[in-house]
Amino acid sequence: MDSTKLKQEIQERRRQAQSAPSESMPVEHNMAELRKLQPRYRGLEAGHRACQGCGEALAARLVTEAAGPDVILTNATGCLEVFTTPWPQSAWRLPWIHSLFENSAAIASGVEAALKAQGRKTKVIAQGGDGGTFDIGFQALSGMLERQHNILYVCYDNEAYMNTGIQRSGSTPHAAMTTTSPPGKERMGKRHLKKDLLSIIAAHHIPYAASASVAYPADIRRKVRRAVSIEGPTFLLIHSPCPLGWGIDSEISIEVARLAVQTGLFPVVELERGELTGVMPIRHPRPVADYLKLQNRFKHLFTDDPRAREEREHLQALADHNIEIYQLKGDGMDALDTDGADTVRRGGMVD
Amino acid sequence: MLHALEGSQAIAQAVALCRPGVVAAYPITPQTHIVENISKLVADGKLKCEFVSVESEFSAASVVLGASAAGSRSYTASSSQGILLMAEVLFDIAGMRLPVVMTCANRAISAPINIWNDHQDSMTVRDSGWIQLHCADNQEAIDTSIQAFRIAERTELPVMVCMDGFVLTHTLEVVDMPSAEQVDSYLPPFTFKNKLDPKHPLSLGTLVGPEYYTEARYSLHRALEKALPEIEAADADWAKICGRAAGGLLTVEGPENATTAVLAMGSVVSTLTESNEMLPGNKRVKIIKLRSFRPFPIEALQMACQGLKELIVLERAFSPGLGGILGTEVRAALAGMQKPPQVRNFTVGLGGRDIPMSTLSKLINAAKAQAPGGFAILDVEPERLPPEDR
Repeated sequence: MDSTKLKQEIQERRRQAQSAPSESMPVEHNMAELRKLQPRYRGLEAGHRACQGCGEALAARLVTEAAGPDVILTNATGCLEVFTTPWPQSAWRLPWIHSLFENSAAIASGVEAALKAQGRKTKVIAQGGDGGTFDIGFQALSGMLERQHNILYVCYDNEAYMNTGIQRSGSTPHAAMTTTSPPGKERMGKRHLKKDLLSIIAAHHIPYAASASVAYPADIRRKVRRAVSIEGPTFLLIHSPCPLGWGIDSEISIEVARLAVQTGLFPVVELERGELTGVMPIRHPRPVADYLKLQNRFKHLFTDDPRAREEREHLQALADHNIEIYQLKGDGMDALDTDGADTVRRGGMVD
Repeated sequence: MLHALEGSQAIAQAVALCRPGVVAAYPITPQTHIVENISKLVADGKLKCEFVSVESEFSAASVVLGASAAGSRSYTASSSQGILLMAEVLFDIAGMRLPVVMTCANRAISAPINIWNDHQDSMTVRDSGWIQLHCADNQEAIDTSIQAFRIAERTELPVMVCMDGFVLTHTLEVVDMPSAEQVDSYLPPFTFKNKLDPKHPLSLGTLVGPEYYTEARYSLHRALEKALPEIEAADADWAKICGRAAGGLLTVEGPENATTAVLAMGSVVSTLTESNEMLPGNKRVKIIKLRSFRPFPIEALQMACQGLKELIVLERAFSPGLGGILGTEVRAALAGMQKPPQVRNFTVGLGGRDIPMSTLSKLINAAKAQAPGGFAILDVEPERLPPEDR
């Protein structure tokens, strides 16, 4: 249904509701009917307390929108839990449960087992940030995947412990500044590499594991629909900028996210049963410096310090490596946010 | 019907009679036989439930948390380090008011590592908000496990059934296993009004600030207090069905006119009761079997202690740097009495050290020498201590 037709339909219904006697068409009932006509389902409502430009809030809205209303959500402790549910308020239109930092995958396993025991078909989506997924909740996640629970696990990756005030996580990129990886006389930010979580997830040989970025909403929607249609464990890693943690202005959040993809630093790929089956191609790879220089967390890499140049080269090499191993280089125009058009299929399961 | 069953086997069968929807557990000695027996019942099609073989006790507790919130009757079992690894989740299950039932096969905690029985594990999580019921023998463990589901579901509080590791879990005992009809007539199917359901979306486990946190915790405290009559009623109603009670909040045995009593929890009560019967009539003491450790039955305990001059609290745990835990709590609970008895406090039988029949006499004698407010570990062997601690 196109939007003009929808508008007409809504106006017609409103007109009818106003003119009809209230007992024959109660307004509430009418609104419920109208809601059905809304082209988008909203699982996460506006009015929550996320910061301006929060990538995680946007990603969570896109995920729940695409997954539809027959879903139960679990949530690890973190920003998403805090900014959506300050008691007695909640921004969720879906049944939602938060327990602890490290058990989102395990409580989801329990919810899914209960649904199975009751013969209910509702889909379970487990959510966590990178701290709750790469680090403290990793064991529970691995167990969930190994036991083949019918759950989509979504990791909103903003590359540090943002909720506690920007501490380094296993996902923090090499050389990034956080409050526990500050640059100084002896250090140039985080000493270690970003954990290659997606490969570890894929090594569980689950039906579907993919990465995505908030800069490409249609790609997220497509991947969520794909993941929830599969019976079994699926995983989605969504790169989600944190303006506060990355030291960027809120209004360039999406631009920065897109640069992470276009430089090759955050490869957007799909893996089925451990095999690479799809990538978002980069037609004109951008130098990593274009991405890094926008962010305060990499500010120390743009000084006269000889180590700064070395670390920039190090990061460029990591991006080049990603482009090579995932064969990200593509022809033609750069990826735009169009459904499917920006993904090269390499076989695998049929949609 | 009477059967000779190992404690763990009996518990597995009793749990199966309660028709849980989801069971999740991780092996740990001495709980392992329970989860093994449940796995077998599932494999043989005798128990229709989702059995989730998790990768840790932490996930076992998390799985039953999620399953309970999604509206299924849920059960887990653990011991010792497993209980400690679960600790964070246990507090959360209680705070979220989820009616999970678990068996704690009581075992010592590390270090030094020791797989044998005492009560230090469940004691460590006494402030988690779980109901904790202790069993003196395997029949009580069966009956208490069945009652636990009813108590949990009526109070919306989780229940931990504590039974001594090895002493009960690995001991063959003739027990009366209730019939499915008896259990079904006692325990209605589980319905949970706050369950996760897309038709009525609720947010569970939200962030609560200083303006509501105190009230949420107070309500948990009140819920535990209000569980006291539920525990008594659950036992009384069960007795109507199978003609056998499991000990309500506490029970008192021994001569009416005795002015000394020994209070204990768990299987040691059976030893004490038997040794008491072998004492000369005028030397016999009262034996108070405390079944409900949480909620702590202050009023019932005060009633039980009317007329006593001396109350010896025997426990199988202690708080390093303080002394007895149970003893300290009993002293506090009796402080409101007009004429409270003198409370003597001893820990005994840590890490599986045997508690022989002779313990009762030794205890009565040692109590005479203990100063008011004192505490001692009764069976510490000085020659096994480093010289500076003798």
